[in-house]
Amino acid sequence: MDLLNALVTFLNFVFIPAAAYGAQLALGALGATLVYGILRFSNFAHGETMAFGTAATILLTFGLQALGVTFGPLPTALLALPLGIAATALLVLGTDRAVYRFYRVKRAAPVIYVVASLGVMFIMSAITRFLVGVEDIQFTDGARFVINARDFRDWSGLEEGLALRSTQLITLVVAALAVAALFWFLNRTRTGKSMRAFSDNEDLALLSGINPDRVVAVTWIIVAALTTTAGVLYGLDKSFKAFTYFQLLLPIFAAAVVGGLGNPLGAIAGGFVIAFSEVMVTYAWKQVVAYAVPGDWVPAGLLQLMTTEYKFAVSFAILIIVLLFKPTGLFKGQSV
Amino acid sequence: MTTLPDATLAKPIARPDHLRAVLLYAGMAALIAVTGAAMGWNYALTVVNMGLISAIMALGVNLQWGFAGLFNVGVMGFVALGGLATVLVATPPQPEAWSAGGLRVIAGLALGALTVVALVVLRGRMTAGRGRALALVVVGVLGFLAARWVLDPGVLAVEAVNPSVSGNLGGLGLPVLLAWPAGGLLAAGAAWIIGKTALGLRSDYLAIATLGIAEIILAVMKNEDWLARGVKNVVGLPAPVPQEIALQTDPAFVARAASLGLSAVDASTLWVKVLYLGLFAVVLAGLLLLAQLALKSPWGRMMRAIRDNEVAAEAMGKDVTARHLQIFVLGSALCGIAGAMMVTLDGQLTPGSYQPLRYTFLIWVMVIVGGSGNNWGAVLGGFLIWWLWVIVEPVGNALFGALATVLPPDSPIASHLQDASAHMRLLTMGLVLLLMLRFSPRGLIPER
Repeated sequence: MDLLNALVTFLNFVFIPAAAYGAQLALGALGATLVYGILRFSNFAHGETMAFGTAATILLTFGLQALGVTFGPLPTALLALPLGIAATALLVLGTDRAVYRFYRVKRAAPVIYVVASLGVMFIMSAITRFLVGVEDIQFTDGARFVINARDFRDWSGLEEGLALRSTQLITLVVAALAVAALFWFLNRTRTGKSMRAFSDNEDLALLSGINPDRVVAVTWIIVAALTTTAGVLYGLDKSFKAFTYFQLLLPIFAAAVVGGLGNPLGAIAGGFVIAFSEVMVTYAWKQVVAYAVPGDWVPAGLLQLMTTEYKFAVSFAILIIVLLFKPTGLFKGQSV
Repeated sequence: MTTLPDATLAKPIARPDHLRAVLLYAGMAALIAVTGAAMGWNYALTVVNMGLISAIMALGVNLQWGFAGLFNVGVMGFVALGGLATVLVATPPQPEAWSAGGLRVIAGLALGALTVVALVVLRGRMTAGRGRALALVVVGVLGFLAARWVLDPGVLAVEAVNPSVSGNLGGLGLPVLLAWPAGGLLAAGAAWIIGKTALGLRSDYLAIATLGIAEIILAVMKNEDWLARGVKNVVGLPAPVPQEIALQTDPAFVARAASLGLSAVDASTLWVKVLYLGLFAVVLAGLLLLAQLALKSPWGRMMRAIRDNEVAAEAMGKDVTARHLQIFVLGSALCGIAGAMMVTLDGQLTPGSYQPLRYTFLIWVMVIVGGSGNNWGAVLGGFLIWWLWVIVEPVGNALFGALATVLPPDSPIASHLQDASAHMRLLTMGLVLLLMLRFSPRGLIPER
């Protein structure tokens, strides 16, 4: 029995990866929930927007690296990120002008927007694939570890090592900064307040002289920033593959719905709920248990509830449970 | 006594929208004829066969979206279930695997199903509150663990039997044509379960739920090797028509082919495709007829009334959720039938090849372009968009190839363009969908 080793194993294989993944999902879900709150539709092109932003950032990163520019111990991609966000913002603003604005002026039913977002999804996925193809791309550089497993073992004298990859720490720090900036913007600035007013009651907001075009444009720019950041962090932490980003749509939607669609605070909570459930259900607990209980109690199996291939089933199950028992989400979201 | 003037008794003349439909179908036939002349009839027949299958899928989505306004983006899952049914019905059973652990697997699955039933019953019987939540969690976790405890050794035993060629339980060894209705039933069963939970919630939620269920169905089919070999694929499925090889060794057939001036190989590949075409056309015609009758019946009118104004329909005493469930199941069944037909045509089940863009969202493009709410439109959309999807790649290749000859051959742009032509179809489909939705939202053949 060795609780300290059990704890380190848990931190190493469950807590840290799930926290990083949760932060990535939270940023993605924030974007989805903002689109829902202000533009009032579920954006099926959300995953592809993430993929496009990441692809643009990857190209810029490669460009910077070719010029010999690096960011010291940090990944060069962080230097390219602002430009990637700008490219994504241009794309989504262009999409809004060319596609969604027409339906907004017509006051079309929400489901028409969703169908339109399917078309946008096709086009964005084509653009992303034109840019970087369909293969797996690794684009992280700089220092690999903040805490190295072997150094930790030597320092602590424990059997288990604790590794903290720099991409994981960067994910958590960048996500915290982004969320802080977003909440400051929504709660303290005039534009942010007008966005919240628009989300709460569109007609009342229009009556009080809020310019809807401006609110929509600002929303898209923020969404571009959030999705690109989420996508780049996910890509740094794991790797970039166009199809994987499409599949992220499900956990992101699940996170947004679980937290309460249209509620930014809920989206963050939802992201972590989904990420922790996914990792904990698909993790093989045998090693943790082997440390935590006396030797002859250790079961023979892997103690894995589901194999990792079923991670989507986890998001889905949580989604269904929340929808059945608390349709407005854990935090009160909109229910139209 | 006044008599009615002749004009009102005269037969109605062909209406402009009928003429439009006839012209559009004639145009579609011309497109296929041009394709056949330019790229060979073998190619054209392949396109037509897949077009027939796509048309059935589009018909299914049109039932759900066009008649009832249900947003199902899990088409891929139902199509894949239809394919699974082909394996489960048509492949021979594996007695060795059954004796190794078949019963254990079935018992494990039954236990899992029983847990779900228990959860549903508990939820209905107990009053809401902490007690119920606790009971549900306890029953759910215990049931899941028990099911896994029974299931897992069975799965291991089954998958250990002859893993390189089978490693699964096999099927029933029935004629493959039975797999088509079976595929419909399997998809319908899955749709009933999903509909029971997700219908009655908001439309976006149904969309997200169906998106998820499709991914889960695919995950099951990829990972549960005991079922249909997972990503190891099932190949060599029995065919409902004679095989090309058999025809080529049949002297009578060879002689007939020679009298038409065709080689035995060409004639056999064409003939097999024509036979499939006949089978598929019969199925499509039957389903189209049923869908048309349904649309014109009081039931169809009720469906459209519900779609156009749920509140009013409910006030008139219509059970909106039950009708939605009904049409959701029916539409998904059509997708399942089409999926079974597709796997029969391919002769193999490859779970790795199912992509949502191809099997869910492309079908949506077909329905929107063809005309949602109009069965003839959906069928036309199925043919037209499938044709476009197939033709864009060679056309894009030729286009980019021509561009590349202008550029120096070793330039990175030239090679990049060559790779990029593969993604032309995504771009085209997106543009077609957005342009139709904007400038002709009711589709090529609009609902009357």
